[in-house]
Amino acid sequence: MSTSSDPSVTDSKADRLPLSGRLGGLIGPDLGIVPVLIALVVLIIYFEVRSSVFLSADNVTNLFIQAVIFIFLGMAEVWLLLLGEIDLSLGWVAGMAGSIAAIYTNVQFHWPWWLAFLLALAFTTAIGALWGVIVVRLKLPSFIVTLAGSFIVEGVLLYILDHVFEGGGAPVQEDVLRNLTQGTLTPTFTWIFVVVVVAVSAVVMIVRERARRVAGLKVSPLYRIVAKLAALSALGIILAIVFNTNRGSFIPIRGMPFAVPLVFAVLAIYSFILARTKFGRYMYAIGGNSEAARRAGIPVNRYRIYAFMLGGFTAGIGGLFYVSRLGGYSSSSTDSTVVLYAVAAAVIGGTSLYGGRGKMTYPVVGGIILAVIINGLVLIQVSATMEFVVTGVVLLGAVTVDSLARRSQTLLK
Amino acid sequence: MSESVTGDRDLAGPVVGSDMGVDPSMLLSLRGISKNFGAVQALRHVDLDVPAGQVTALIGDNGAGKSTLIKAIAGIWEPSSGEKYWQGKKVDTHTPRDATNLGIATVYQDLALCDNLDIVGNMYLGFEATQHRVVLDEITMEKRTQQILRDLSVTTVQSVRQLVGSLSGGQRQAIAVARAVMRDAKLVIMDEPTAALGVTQTAQVLELIQTLASRGLGVLLISHNLNDVFAVADRIAVMYLGNLVSSGPISNYSMSSAVEFITTGTNARAA
Repeated sequence: MSTSSDPSVTDSKADRLPLSGRLGGLIGPDLGIVPVLIALVVLIIYFEVRSSVFLSADNVTNLFIQAVIFIFLGMAEVWLLLLGEIDLSLGWVAGMAGSIAAIYTNVQFHWPWWLAFLLALAFTTAIGALWGVIVVRLKLPSFIVTLAGSFIVEGVLLYILDHVFEGGGAPVQEDVLRNLTQGTLTPTFTWIFVVVVVAVSAVVMIVRERARRVAGLKVSPLYRIVAKLAALSALGIILAIVFNTNRGSFIPIRGMPFAVPLVFAVLAIYSFILARTKFGRYMYAIGGNSEAARRAGIPVNRYRIYAFMLGGFTAGIGGLFYVSRLGGYSSSSTDSTVVLYAVAAAVIGGTSLYGGRGKMTYPVVGGIILAVIINGLVLIQVSATMEFVVTGVVLLGAVTVDSLARRSQTLLK
Repeated sequence: MSESVTGDRDLAGPVVGSDMGVDPSMLLSLRGISKNFGAVQALRHVDLDVPAGQVTALIGDNGAGKSTLIKAIAGIWEPSSGEKYWQGKKVDTHTPRDATNLGIATVYQDLALCDNLDIVGNMYLGFEATQHRVVLDEITMEKRTQQILRDLSVTTVQSVRQLVGSLSGGQRQAIAVARAVMRDAKLVIMDEPTAALGVTQTAQVLELIQTLASRGLGVLLISHNLNDVFAVADRIAVMYLGNLVSSGPISNYSMSSAVEFITTGTNARAA
């Protein structure tokens, strides 16, 4: 019956479960990210079998850099999808941020990098706020508002690149911007980073469990914590070894790209906000039942505007990495497909389009899957058109899983 | 005034001097509440008294004005005319917040729960316990939630960390009620709490309603189901076409006289 009548007992039942039950305990009640991870592993195995270059240190590093833009755009979209909203303009908003950063740090303007970055991010946050205000005040569907917004931002961006800034493009001429994707940690710092991440995670988990135990609340079984930490350590060690392998052909290149710890930092901050703060709780509540949230006194419309702002801000960060990787942004280098990868990365990772379900880790996995598909198909020399087909099929599969999960949840009532 | 009031009037507020004859021992008293929607008169001069520690059942056919009345009490709609008294004092509740602050909690039929949050999250929605006003204090919230559910004898939920979307209808109702109780409600208004429930779950909810009354809370129960009403109610108030046609202790009514009030607004065979 009720465990609440005797909350001090640890999950002793789970401790005695057979292995399959324990695996279930590890995963949790909803499938979460597991099907996506399985899909990722299948894709990796497939591409590695077809092309031995796929898992080389060089290509894996390249793949992570490719994934970064998808990851940031996906994280941006998660803020909106959580509320059941969408922002279709994020791809161009990212391009806008990248262009602003490139233009203002180049030889003509010579702004310090941090000022240019700040301007770029402030601008994209403002664009998000604008969409948010329009959606909330005029009560228009975000799909249409941001579709229109997407055209507007695209037009303005192309105009700036072609007319305002002489030369039809904005090359990256500043080291910090370039190093976002080109720079690496030294091999030693790569290891330090991995060790620090694992250690901090362990401390956070143990402190939290201790506090629950002291309060007489149910604590998760030890094996679950150990398994999580073991998985995290294994992943960290493998990545550190791969990144520290020399991948340069003339001069040696070793170490973890700066982009990886930066993605990790944003992931950690966003996850903390979503899982541990009032702000995050309200985001989920509004996505789950906005009427209930409104009746609980949550200023729903203000939070919807915040979500659009965070979307714009995060897409702006993605744009900085995007322009860094492309080495510049010009009217001819614009790539309209990036726009939809934002939604794809979030949804493939498992974020619900219906609102209320999703985590910041999802677009990380979703972004890596997109990068694996794109990178892998190039390696096995499938025509570029197939890339779209495969991405589409994977996206369709992800949406189907989302819909089925939602239906099974409703059936439980 | 509602002309056709029958039954004894001793609990319905005898005329004693000031404040239009409101009995200060009553938790909530309504006097002459009317509500118009354009030309439609949804409520006509409703007088109603809700005592603490008892279950008052508000019954009536569809469109009789039950929902309009509870929305007027809960501050969702302002009545066109009439007065509300809270513990004998005249009050104005212009917004749902005003009513909540008085101690009136309304559990609507849709329960207003977030399926994607766990029980603790729903119980504290909008009132989260925090550290430094930002970070959620999960331990405090979880302990208090367990405490409240235990107090209300809600024993069927396995863990307060379960998602509300995975709960049964009766459990969901219990969570919605527990949330109201947690915020120091003195009057709990429940709109058709058993409408969508099976037999076992209905029994659980009725038990919960009685627990609330025994803890000194006033319960205003809106229901179509006379079996439920006669099972838990201490008092009955019948609405018919926007009028409160009859009210009094449940002992004054039989199942058939209640049905007659609901369908015709009068009781021809009244003793």
